[in-house]
Amino acid sequence: MITELEMGKAESELELGLGLSLGGGTVGKIVKTGGGGGGAWGERGRLLTAKDFPSVGSKRAADSASHAGSSPPRSSQVVGWPPIGSHRMNSLVNNQATKSAREEEEANKKKVKDDETKNVTKNVNEKFQVGFIKVNMDGVAIGRKVDLDAHSSYENLAQTLEDMFFRSSPCTIGLTGQFNKPLRLLDGSSEFVLTYEDKEGDWMLVGDVPWRMFITSVKRLRVMKTSEANGLGI
Amino acid sequence: MDRRFPFKVLEHIFSFLDANEDRNSVSLVCKSWFETERRTRKRVFVGNCYAVNPLKVARRFPKMRSLTLKGKPHFADYNLVPDGWGGYAWPWIEAMAARRPLLEEIRLKRMVVTDECLEKIAASFRDFKTLVLTSCEGFSTDGIAAIASTCRKLRDLELRECNVDDLGGDWLSYFPETSTSLVSLDFSCLDSEIKLSDLERLLSRSPNLKSLKLNRSVTLDVLEGLLRRAPQLVELGTGSFSDELDPEEISKLTKALSELKQLKSLSGLWDLLPEYIPVLYSVCPRLTSLNLSYATVQMPDLVDLLSRCSKLQKLWVMDMIEDKGLKTVALCCKELRELRVFPSGADLDEEDVALTEQGLVSVSEGCKKLESVLYFCVQFTNAALVTIAKNRPNFRCFRLCVMEPFAPDYRTQQPLDEGFKAIVERCKDLRRLSVSGLLTDKAFEYIGVHAKKLRMLSIAFAGDSDLMLHHLLSGCESLKKLEIRDCPFGDTALLENAAKLETMRSLWMSSCFVSFGACKQLSQKMPRLNVEVIDEHPPKTRPDSSPVERIYIYRTVAGPRQDTPEFVWTIHKNPEVGVSRLSTR
Repeated sequence: MITELEMGKAESELELGLGLSLGGGTVGKIVKTGGGGGGAWGERGRLLTAKDFPSVGSKRAADSASHAGSSPPRSSQVVGWPPIGSHRMNSLVNNQATKSAREEEEANKKKVKDDETKNVTKNVNEKFQVGFIKVNMDGVAIGRKVDLDAHSSYENLAQTLEDMFFRSSPCTIGLTGQFNKPLRLLDGSSEFVLTYEDKEGDWMLVGDVPWRMFITSVKRLRVMKTSEANGLGI
Repeated sequence: MDRRFPFKVLEHIFSFLDANEDRNSVSLVCKSWFETERRTRKRVFVGNCYAVNPLKVARRFPKMRSLTLKGKPHFADYNLVPDGWGGYAWPWIEAMAARRPLLEEIRLKRMVVTDECLEKIAASFRDFKTLVLTSCEGFSTDGIAAIASTCRKLRDLELRECNVDDLGGDWLSYFPETSTSLVSLDFSCLDSEIKLSDLERLLSRSPNLKSLKLNRSVTLDVLEGLLRRAPQLVELGTGSFSDELDPEEISKLTKALSELKQLKSLSGLWDLLPEYIPVLYSVCPRLTSLNLSYATVQMPDLVDLLSRCSKLQKLWVMDMIEDKGLKTVALCCKELRELRVFPSGADLDEEDVALTEQGLVSVSEGCKKLESVLYFCVQFTNAALVTIAKNRPNFRCFRLCVMEPFAPDYRTQQPLDEGFKAIVERCKDLRRLSVSGLLTDKAFEYIGVHAKKLRMLSIAFAGDSDLMLHHLLSGCESLKKLEIRDCPFGDTALLENAAKLETMRSLWMSSCFVSFGACKQLSQKMPRLNVEVIDEHPPKTRPDSSPVERIYIYRTVAGPRQDTPEFVWTIHKNPEVGVSRLSTR
């Protein structure tokens, strides 16, 4: 049963374990929305906390996040979330269906086009804008995004990532719940290494190529456990 | 003192009072003012149908001509209230039919309305003019046919986002050939096809028709014919906008739309195809209201359309508008007062988030009259909120839905406390607020301190402790409706602020830490509150300390209601009894 003491700990822990004592045990309210009366009941008890929401939309995060048992709820699968009326929800569902059908059609068309333009080199005279890319870390449920345009070097980037995942601040804990652990993501001396997926879908160690070349080919980042980073040339 | 004031004089003075809030205040002054006011009130509004007994209302206001009622809690819109909870219109219709046969207008929101109700309305009120049902359910097109056929003076028939048992489009043919009084007709939420000839004939004999909202099954090829028969329309909701038309049909439709010289509001536009956007050009400069929230149109086409809408005051659109599109709105729609941006579902799965906080910042800068916002976005920053607050201190309604629960400021990783602080600090007239993202108790302390005019607050996945609720209940003086889901607090704050709850219309809490014991204590402490527990299992089979799934607390002078289903438990005032369910359904 949740006690005063446990509630006081809410600041330093991300999980509030109310549901366990109700015997419900299982993952929380994962019920598809728009399902009428039945949908409103869902599974009993557990208050959903930050840990329940892995990085939105990232399938890889869902794979690599360490969740016990069944797949974690996407924020769109929680009852009544996002708060959109059912008439609009139904319309959304229809849109998605037509969208995926249309996308498939376009993808097939694009494939033909791509083969034709493969040999044309990109005009790199204008400033190449990358924007935000996703970052996930092993063992952390929630992914983040980092603005590559705001960074000019690997050191810069590593600093930001360390702040994001490991530093504590007055109001929040770094997402791993640890305090002040200095990290050396780039020199291979810490528990974690920084890797990235390039445009060809291969996972590479960050730091091997010049920065400018890196930002043109990076698709997403992953802070990986050193022990798992085999075959990446460490 | 007031005996020197003849009733007739008072009556005349009170006839200038429109707002029910003013009338409510006036009726508290003294007995004779109460009597005068009640005899002169024509429009009656009841915000919670269970707060008062329908017969008492009927008796109190002998001159009532218009009744507006609301039933289920707002969170019912998001499937958080199980079916069968309640909100039945019947007792009200029955009471009014018996005592107030001169009633002309009925407006219901989130209520269960049966065909029986509709037939009763049709049979009982000979001057019946207006029926507006919003988010209602329980009736079929047969009930609508009864209204259409029997109410000779019918002016308004509007079904807004209702769940109707659609038995076919026949109902439209029930309007008698002699009926020419129609002013507004909205059947946009129905599914089935109506007979075109029925509609055409109805339009031809309705010269006063100002507002017409078709359903999706009305195809684009017939639109032109309909518009020719109703060139006086002020509001138009089209049907589907995606069927293939040949060039001649397109040009005829374009012309028909351009003839709608009075058109101010446009909606519908389901599946609007980009190639049909030029068809709408002629109406754009006159539009004050545009609902594109069902139009799956991309940004460049949206910009094309919106850049021509310089008089626009209300815009509803999907997130396909992107930041770029909102920048255009900021530049071109200087009269904008209300903006709603809905998610299209695309962003949650996409790599590039094209609608960000920047979009709202742009609009807050460019649209000086903006006062109402509903914005769905994947993530946000404190800096953006602060800028928005600085730009637009005139917000009355600010609803931000950061769709990723617990999402902090994505640039600084801080909670969004400071951002919302800026909003409540600067927007002194804020009446309605929805918060989201990562929020600590501090955010709610700020809201309690600053949001003095706030009437409605919606919270999800926020806060750290009981302090959060305490700040709100002890600080927000004008708070009338509070709805909370998935927040970690409960008992202490609730019990300490029990008196506050009687000054509010209602409090909804689901998936919080409220124990059954606290519910009992609250109910015993506050005689004029109904404390309803919504739970699959009877609360008394579990210990007092166990949390309850959902509670709905509301002030009432009608006592516990008689129509609860088996999963709703009204906590009895008598501690011996525990819970009561006064009827079996």
